Amino acid sequence: MELTLDFPKVKAIVESYTEKVDSLIDSYAGNKEQLISLLQDIQAEFNYLPQDVLVKISQKLDIPLSQVFSVVTFFRAFTLKPRGRHLVTVCLGTACHVKGGQRLVDKMERDYGIKPGETTEDMRFSLETVNCLGCCALGPVVVVDGKYESKINPDKLDRVLRGYK
Amino acid sequence: MAKVWIDGETSIEVEDADGVNAFNFTVDDKQIIVSAGQTILEAVQRRNGIGNIPALCHHPAVKPYGACRICTVEVSEDGGSKFKFVAACLYPVKEGLIVRTNTERIRQLRKGIIELMLARCPNVKRIQELAEEYSVDKPRFVLGDQDCILCGLCVRACQEIIGKSAISLVNRGIYREVAAPFYAYELTEECIGCGDCAFVCPTGAIEMGDDSKPVLPKVKIPYAEVEALMKKETAATS
Amino acid sequence: MVEQVRKLLEKRVESTAELENLRQSILDKKDSSRTCISVCGGTACRASGAEAVVDAFVDEIERRELQIQVELKETGCHGFCERGPLVVIQPKRIFYQQVKPEDIPEIIAETVLGGKVIERLLYVDPVTSQKIIYEPDVPFYKKQTRTIFGANGEIDPTNIEDYIASGGYSALSKVLVGIKPQEIVDEIKKSGLRGRGGGGFPTGRKWQSCRDAKADIKYVICNADEGDPGAYQDRSLLEGNPHSVLEGMIIGAYAIGSHQGYIYVRNEYPLAVGHARIAIEQAMDYGLLGENILGSGFDFKVMINKGGGAFVCGESSALMASLEGKIGEPKAKYIHMSEKGLWDSPSLLNNVKTWANVPLIINKGADWYSKIGTAGSKGTMIFSLVGNINNTGLVEVPMGITLREMIFDIGGGIPNGKKFKAVQTGGPSGGCIPEQLLDTPVDFDELTKLGSMMGSGGMIVMDEDTCMVDVAKYFIEFLKGESCGKCTPCREGINRMSEILNGITQGKGKLEDLDTLEDLAGILNAGALCALGQTAANPVLSTLRYFRDEYIAHIEQKKCAAGVCRELIRYSIDPEKCQGCLRCLRACPTGAITGEKREVHTLNQGLCIKCGACYDVCKFNAVIRQ
Repeated sequence: MELTLDFPKVKAIVESYTEKVDSLIDSYAGNKEQLISLLQDIQAEFNYLPQDVLVKISQKLDIPLSQVFSVVTFFRAFTLKPRGRHLVTVCLGTACHVKGGQRLVDKMERDYGIKPGETTEDMRFSLETVNCLGCCALGPVVVVDGKYESKINPDKLDRVLRGYK
Repeated sequence: MAKVWIDGETSIEVEDADGVNAFNFTVDDKQIIVSAGQTILEAVQRRNGIGNIPALCHHPAVKPYGACRICTVEVSEDGGSKFKFVAACLYPVKEGLIVRTNTERIRQLRKGIIELMLARCPNVKRIQELAEEYSVDKPRFVLGDQDCILCGLCVRACQEIIGKSAISLVNRGIYREVAAPFYAYELTEECIGCGDCAFVCPTGAIEMGDDSKPVLPKVKIPYAEVEALMKKETAATS
Repeated sequence: MVEQVRKLLEKRVESTAELENLRQSILDKKDSSRTCISVCGGTACRASGAEAVVDAFVDEIERRELQIQVELKETGCHGFCERGPLVVIQPKRIFYQQVKPEDIPEIIAETVLGGKVIERLLYVDPVTSQKIIYEPDVPFYKKQTRTIFGANGEIDPTNIEDYIASGGYSALSKVLVGIKPQEIVDEIKKSGLRGRGGGGFPTGRKWQSCRDAKADIKYVICNADEGDPGAYQDRSLLEGNPHSVLEGMIIGAYAIGSHQGYIYVRNEYPLAVGHARIAIEQAMDYGLLGENILGSGFDFKVMINKGGGAFVCGESSALMASLEGKIGEPKAKYIHMSEKGLWDSPSLLNNVKTWANVPLIINKGADWYSKIGTAGSKGTMIFSLVGNINNTGLVEVPMGITLREMIFDIGGGIPNGKKFKAVQTGGPSGGCIPEQLLDTPVDFDELTKLGSMMGSGGMIVMDEDTCMVDVAKYFIEFLKGESCGKCTPCREGINRMSEILNGITQGKGKLEDLDTLEDLAGILNAGALCALGQTAANPVLSTLRYFRDEYIAHIEQKKCAAGVCRELIRYSIDPEKCQGCLRCLRACPTGAITGEKREVHTLNQGLCIKCGACYDVCKFNAVIRQ
């Protein structure tokens, strides 16, 4: 079956990774129950889950594609769209909420035009929210590319993000 | 088949109710004997005049799922001193179980659940009938316009009866919907166009399209990426 | 390769006697008078810069060639996250807080070599303004009973020998040498331990039913899918003392006859995943996991599974579905998971904290354990004390301590002179407890009576600036995003609750809405399939019970007294106080504020989006929020 890729630009990257993908999938061969772990590995590799990789997983692990799709859309950790260069994660745990975490999400929407799950058009930032990072003492917390920024307010967020091009 | 007498007057026929593997239990003050391994709903459903248990997500040909919750009944395992709510389609019959299927508390609960369903699907005939039976007039909520109650029968029928898996329940929570992978049947050859999904659907939400593929109910589009996929699909089909 | 195998064989401990020998030899090598610097390396301290502090210590110790005299340890979370990065200098336990890399040369020169205390780095008691030198004297730690969590600050979680030196795996040893599996279950039953994950089900009973279940294959599962927002003690325990959790799991597996275990941990906790992985590898190398554990003939393996980011997977049947590679949809538990769980095999699932309690009970005995706590809730509980509170952090206290003691004695009260309003316990399944009930002793049953829950031990303190309708809305919105969508009451009911609460916070509420909310709560409680749905209404019910007047104020007066609900507040500038500094003008994202330097600014209500940026930046309290 001929498959079309959603994002031609990404196609080249995906092709260059074919070997990597194959070896990842092969390492889980026969382990249907490890689907979620495999998807996490793939996502860690590409930052998102390319459609044709999912088709491949479905074939190699012998799991119907509909069930792979069901898992991918159920869990928040997975995304079907390429993410931007920098991932901004705003913690919306209760402690961060009572300290004003939602205002950071509002700020992102206002200034960068992205809601949680979205990516800026220039692919600079993707925004995600998380329910609690367990750094409640430092709230509101924002994580940019894995780096924790503590006690953030909208103004401070601006200054932090300026450092990411 | 054995005959069991109830209240000394009427008798009902009970399948395989012999000896060791049979359970005695009570439904709305009537004694019943059934073979082991049945759920309350299975044990009651085929017996006219015993119990009142509506069910939407249940179908005898597929495994029980417990999603719609309107089959909820009250049971007591301790001879009637304490009752709890359980889903009749999932709860296994046990020796000495006391089941109540139509108390005021149960009717209230079912009424509430039906109100929620009616608010979601105000135009579905089956739900309208249930609403009338449980005297739900107008839902207190903003009305939706969906036909699918997400009972999952179509998905289970495809898997369990046909042995395929063309569609699945995707996304979660209020954004859940029935869909083909990536909203397109073309990616796999799973859909054989048998129409079983449309057949089992309790609300008539699935119709068979001209291409002999089922046309699935559409719900609100939740996530940006799914929206992008849907747009792509629309562009491809138009 | 041969060399590697030889090394592995050397490490392998073949019997309980050998384990004792190993322990003794590690202890013999340790010099108790030697200075040991332990730096907290928990996620929060790392976020505050602990790694740079560790690097600075390494450099300085190398520069001064002090490797022999000074031991440096990066430990797990100490608990006092508010004050991180934390450094404790043993043996005297001198306590330095908010340490920066540039402080390190001074710490080495003055404290380690010179024996002097650096005043500037000491913790100042906000009540007495006294400087406190030693860790145990800090009020935050003083009232705690750190039986489970204490070792966190002492051991390097990536070094199994540290754990062994502190008495680790002695409970396992004891069990393998002479306690029969049924006796273990009896001991756990006798201890009165209840599940620390939420419901508080008696642990011993769960173990018994799993032990009694007849099956060739059984599983042991550690639930580290800590989803409650505002709770992070499971993460800290798995990060800081992973072997204590593993030891509990091995004992549990031995008691019920299982040979395969799983740790299901949140993907958002990379450090906990990493440390658990290292712990498993080391335990395998030392023969404490794997085949023929300590020469006893008992086999047990543990695998780590990372969660996919779904709160509902904290529910045991959903967790097991996810372990099977499926979506995290709960199943009805009319047949218990301990009889028919993972792949339909009997499965013993306990929370991280529950597992960590097991070695303690085996070592010290059920009688000792059951003396701690209240009649119905035994032992200690680790809470995360967060929100509007001075001493944010993890606290371990005996069950039965009052909320007031926790919040005011340990937590140091509310910051910025604000008034206490409520404390939220139990996460999204719990409720908000008001001031007048603060003297309630904390245990499973008391919290349930108040319409809240113990849950996983999250305790979020809220001050007078918190709107309780907004808090209820927050939790309902949270659950709306986390409901799996399988059953009608949860999927539709929570969505409708969200609809109503949003209306109320926007000033569109009606008094009848409160009845509808209560109706929906009843439907969820009786009709939902799993605990997530059944308890989902608790945040709404508890706020309706204790803060009904706030709902009514939102509905009738269209007022949010706390100034949180955006549609019900307005910002303005007090001309008396405005100094014309331009700060708010620059901060305003919509250009709603106009004015010249040193002249009173004005705010155009039509353009104001009520983001509060002006309120945040004003240094003269000139921005009024009404």
